[in-house]
Amino acid sequence: MGHESTELVPVVVTHATWLWLIPLLPLVGATINAVFGWKLQALFGEPKSMKGGRGKQLVHSIAVGFMMASFAVAAYSFVQLKGLPAEERFLQQTLWNMFTAGRLSVDLAFSLDQLSMMMVLVITGIGTLIHVFSIGYMAEEPAYWRFFSYLNFFVFAMLLLVMGDNFAVMFFGWEGVGLASYLLIAFWYTDPAKAAAGMKAFVVNRFGDFGFIIGLMLLFWGLGGAWQARDGLVRNLDYVPSVEMNSNAGASTAAASEALAPRVHGVKVGPTMNFRELRDQVVIEATGVKEHLAGTTVWGISLLTLIGMLLFVGAMGKSAQIPLFVWLPDAMAGPTPVSALIHAATMVTAGVYMVARLNFLFVMSPSAMGWVALIGALTAIFAATIGFFQYDIKKVLAYSTVSQLGFMFIGVGTGAYWAGVYHLLTHAFFKATLFLGSGSVILGCHHEQDMRKMGGLKKHMPITRWTYLIATVAIAGFPIANGFYSKDEILWKAFTSHHLALFGTPTPWLGPVIFVIGLLAATGTSFYMYRSYYMTFTGEYRGGDGHHGDAHASPDDHGAHAAPAAAAAHSAHAAPAGHGHDAHGGHAAPAATAHGGHGHDDHGHGATAAATAAPADDHGGGHHGGTPHESPWQITLVLAILAAGSVLTLFLGIPVLWQHTFAHASTPPVLEHWLEPVLLSKVAFGHGTPAMEWLFQGLGVLAATVGFVAARAVYKDNKNEAALVAMIERWKGTWTVVYNKYYVDELYEVIVLRPAARVAGSFSWFDGKIIDGLVHAVAAVTKGFANLDGAIDKYLVDGAVNGVANVIGWAGGTLRHLQTGRIQTYLYGALGGALVVVLVNFLIS
Amino acid sequence: MQISLSHFLIVGALLFCFGLVTVTTRRNAVGVLMGVELILNGANVNFAAFSHYVVGGVSGQVFALFVIVLAAAEAAVGLAIVLALFQTFKTIDVRYADLMRE
Repeated sequence: MGHESTELVPVVVTHATWLWLIPLLPLVGATINAVFGWKLQALFGEPKSMKGGRGKQLVHSIAVGFMMASFAVAAYSFVQLKGLPAEERFLQQTLWNMFTAGRLSVDLAFSLDQLSMMMVLVITGIGTLIHVFSIGYMAEEPAYWRFFSYLNFFVFAMLLLVMGDNFAVMFFGWEGVGLASYLLIAFWYTDPAKAAAGMKAFVVNRFGDFGFIIGLMLLFWGLGGAWQARDGLVRNLDYVPSVEMNSNAGASTAAASEALAPRVHGVKVGPTMNFRELRDQVVIEATGVKEHLAGTTVWGISLLTLIGMLLFVGAMGKSAQIPLFVWLPDAMAGPTPVSALIHAATMVTAGVYMVARLNFLFVMSPSAMGWVALIGALTAIFAATIGFFQYDIKKVLAYSTVSQLGFMFIGVGTGAYWAGVYHLLTHAFFKATLFLGSGSVILGCHHEQDMRKMGGLKKHMPITRWTYLIATVAIAGFPIANGFYSKDEILWKAFTSHHLALFGTPTPWLGPVIFVIGLLAATGTSFYMYRSYYMTFTGEYRGGDGHHGDAHASPDDHGAHAAPAAAAAHSAHAAPAGHGHDAHGGHAAPAATAHGGHGHDDHGHGATAAATAAPADDHGGGHHGGTPHESPWQITLVLAILAAGSVLTLFLGIPVLWQHTFAHASTPPVLEHWLEPVLLSKVAFGHGTPAMEWLFQGLGVLAATVGFVAARAVYKDNKNEAALVAMIERWKGTWTVVYNKYYVDELYEVIVLRPAARVAGSFSWFDGKIIDGLVHAVAAVTKGFANLDGAIDKYLVDGAVNGVANVIGWAGGTLRHLQTGRIQTYLYGALGGALVVVLVNFLIS
Repeated sequence: MQISLSHFLIVGALLFCFGLVTVTTRRNAVGVLMGVELILNGANVNFAAFSHYVVGGVSGQVFALFVIVLAAAEAAVGLAIVLALFQTFKTIDVRYADLMRE
């Protein structure tokens, strides 16, 4: 299945001395703000003002400045990389050796190839924009410095993840983004629901990481296996394994290890953490490593399949695939810029990046590929349907993200690596636009996230509306924006792939099935996105008039919304199970301090008023009147740039078919061409006729149109509420299940949490009864022995000692009468003695 | 009847025994001292008798004279002790001089 036509050669490395600056700069920014940020705010801020004044300006200048510097270095690197010949685009920098153990040598090293370059540009570019957005969005936040410090730290960790030259550095980044994600989701940690959402994200990710680590270990083990002296398997290796083992074990430095490393045809082979060394020995068939890996089985399962599936478990956690997607919707508890940066544009794509980076491994196991693609497809349709009936705008986008990540995995799973990565790129743009747009809406509606209380915002927020619409067009898949190009490439490749397998069984039908699922999911995507657009921006504004959208009669209708007492609303809000984390009190923490004597209860905001007490100073009358307003320039500028990006990036993926038809050229899409040296694995896709390809692109557009028309018919201007209610009544059962996200959280509760709690309970019982019982029994026995010993001591030993003393005392008492003190008594004694001596003398003689 | 050594020794032994009984039974400290004199004189008789019958010469008699001198000295010391005894106990009855008991 390899790329037989051209001879693959080892990666040509160009050393670069500036690469370390890219991740370092955000780390410096994070450190400065973490250490001095509060001081800056305290020194230069105006204490009475929630805006914070110059102190906050300094804080965000530092954060954004270092981000821009990092982006500049990344751009410079891009220019350098582009200047190299296409096959030799690989910049590398080794900072220092972290550890050397035998033949394993792990460096702190960074590398940039075409794939990580694209990721770095997305991370630093979109990251910088989201930092700018945060200036406007977080303006009222007291812990401003903490937010920017975390955000910079996240970027640092993400850059480590994508730039790491080996698995160790990548894994530091992998865990680092998990930490940053946890910190930012639980940013408003005073709200228990938000803190819990942070923990949920962290714990669920740990499950995935566990699989990831096991996969890594297996890979490491598998590569080491080639070094066993097994005849036949290593027949083309021209060294003696045992000698190599011994000579290498003595290496104590990286250089010594490197010098002693076994090489076959000049390619370093053996267990390694380094991506480059891994790629070289696997893709160059002369080393025999590929053959060895393909021939190894563990308990009857192909080693490569096992590695692929386990590595994908790691991706499942990070990239929110079934069944580990549950943390991502809850992660919306974090501030909206965080949702945009971490939970849409960058971190969640780490799994896709990892699969694409290791494409040469996955491509060797059709079963692993089938597994990845199938899970991706199921996630895509599953999350899309949940998105249909959510009312929280961020929840819709969260499920949309899960669904789009599913599309990316269809791409990388079926072997259309570049398409998956392209979708990653397009998604980063349009989903960042959507999330930031929703952030702008939330800010404009005074921290309201329920779409039933929005509506008609196109009058009040024109820029937000247009950018949101462009991104909606992009994600829905109309050819005028980027989403169409990546999604249709993925679906087309899925349809034409016949090489997939499941658990060792070839399943040529899987590709078309995935295509159908994907098409349905695309229809759903279009529907729920237009639904969110129409509910939010068209019709009449429903936020300020006390109308609480009860027309939809949801089962757990965010009950606390109607709570008249604003003060009580916040705590009541967190109560409904499963909904607490999407509490609308975005600024709950500052609200508590700023609410004071404002008396918002009479503004008709209900729960919202309490949550938005903080921004009151900022937005003045507009807020008190309950009218939505357009966001500050930092926000609208970023939205405009990202929306432009959502359109312009389409030029990176113009299909060959179009070029062929319109320009009589047959160059591959720009991005595919750019990524080709990295995503070198080629799988044999079926060849469709141009007519068929046109048909499938038409199907894609049709799917988008169907979703669009349906959403328009039902939700446009919110005129059809009665029909909607009737429809919901008719399909009440199904609707309830979908609305409640298929009860997945509840399922987790039953399948994972309760058994875990029960196991914990039984362990607690075991500990309480058995272990403690044993301990207590031992204690009782010991106590008995101690008592016995005490008795022996008291009665036997002490008795003997006291007895001796008593006897002596009695004897003394008795004998003392002999000592009268009178001289004559002693004289009698002397006489008696003399008499005795005389008598004895007499008797003896 | 021939006077032999035995007769002298019997007289010496009788004197010693009288002295001993006096020393052990008298309650008066002065009486006790007098008993001591009897014992010493019993010894003197023996010195003289042994000198005359066994050794010859006058060495025994000289020893007896020394003992008489020592007895005088002893009596002087003894009487001084009796005076101290009286000053302490307001009596010279040796039964009350039992401080050694404690």
